Amino acid sequence: MSRLLTRRQLLAGAGAMLVTGCDRLQPMSAPVRASERFNRAVQQALFRRGAELHAGGALTSVEEFPTGEYMISMDASGRLVVPTVPAGWRLKVGGRVKRPLLLALEDLMAMPRNDQRIEHHCVEGWSAIASWQGVRISDIAERAGADDCAYVEFRSFDRGPDQVTGALTDYWSSWDRDSAMHPQSMLAYGMNDQPLSPAHGAPVRLYGAVKLGYKNVKWLTEVNFLDEQTGGYWEHAGYEWFAGT
Amino acid sequence: MRTPQPWPVRITHWINVPALVLMAMSGLQIFIAYPHFGPAANHWNLPFDGWIPPESVRSGHGLAAGRGIHFLIGWLLVGNAVVYLVYVIASGEYRRRFFWPPRDTRSLYQTALHYLRIRRQPPTPSFYNGLQRAAYTSAMLLGILEVWSGLVVYKPVQLHALGIPLGGYDGARTVHFFGLIALVFFVIGHIVMVLLHPRSLGEMVTGGKPRE
Repeated sequence: MSRLLTRRQLLAGAGAMLVTGCDRLQPMSAPVRASERFNRAVQQALFRRGAELHAGGALTSVEEFPTGEYMISMDASGRLVVPTVPAGWRLKVGGRVKRPLLLALEDLMAMPRNDQRIEHHCVEGWSAIASWQGVRISDIAERAGADDCAYVEFRSFDRGPDQVTGALTDYWSSWDRDSAMHPQSMLAYGMNDQPLSPAHGAPVRLYGAVKLGYKNVKWLTEVNFLDEQTGGYWEHAGYEWFAGT
Repeated sequence: MRTPQPWPVRITHWINVPALVLMAMSGLQIFIAYPHFGPAANHWNLPFDGWIPPESVRSGHGLAAGRGIHFLIGWLLVGNAVVYLVYVIASGEYRRRFFWPPRDTRSLYQTALHYLRIRRQPPTPSFYNGLQRAAYTSAMLLGILEVWSGLVVYKPVQLHALGIPLGGYDGARTVHFFGLIALVFFVIGHIVMVLLHPRSLGEMVTGGKPRE
């Protein structure tokens, strides 16, 4: 579960891949990519704009909600560690917006509060339920004046080696506008009515009901409203981009 | 007089063979990322919990590739199943293929007892006996259950209502796995029976001589 077998396999495969030059991550690449396009169309067709789904059942505690090795930052010995919040942290809201913003945690907390009970779906197969408190991305878009961008990119101060090239990179992901504007999609600063813990992405993380776990970027630094799709960290390693739930 | 295995049945049958193998292998590849059932915080104590299937029965290349293969072949299989169902219903073939309890239950028991060496005389010959109809129809129903539970695991939020009868996302994922185990039992039985009755294999290749 939290061992992230995939990461180990990917790291092990990365070296061999650089040597052979073949894409070991995607056998049957062309048909699999074609099916990803088909699957994206299916997922977009299934997507219901305003439909909120509030998870029933007991909340998973902050401690039991897996955090494991779901980060890319490493210490000197190469062990994965929770990234440290940069001094003077502010959330930068940019891209093609009328009013670029630089928001402190207090600024976000002063905005209308969104509270959602959501079942989490990790690409690995596990689930957990938590309540999340934060600011709707649609409210951020309105405040920044992001009117018609098709994509929203989320960048993190979690920083580590790219799964394919090994080059140092931020963790990031990008969403289609409809998913980002979904009423349950938010920049979360609270979990189970407690301040967000460092392991879960403090000070602020992306959270929503409509995407798999790896799309919900932790430890946010930037939100960019863009006209083009900019992929993501795991997406670059062969994981599906749309990854809706 | 009907051909035992008309060509649409043969083509869809043989597409199923490699497709099901690839689905099982990519499915087990996906499974090892979280080889448990139920929520992460308190997963359910079920058979196969913690099982890591050997590499030889997995598609390899990691989770992302496993998902890619699973979704590609999954949709092909759904298309294949739709072609098959439309054909057998439109042609009336379903009458001699699908299990119909009032007609087939007696033959099901008689055939089973015959194979178990409890009953000496074989069941009254007909195109398919009750045991065959029961086996093929359950395999088909298992296929439908796999598609249903698979859709819930694929889109647990957007297809939430579809998941309620299966116990939600975690229930559907569990059903999806044990549906595979049941299909494996069907395939083993199917292969044993084909080895005992090799003519049926020839018919599934050539179509066979019209009879009945």
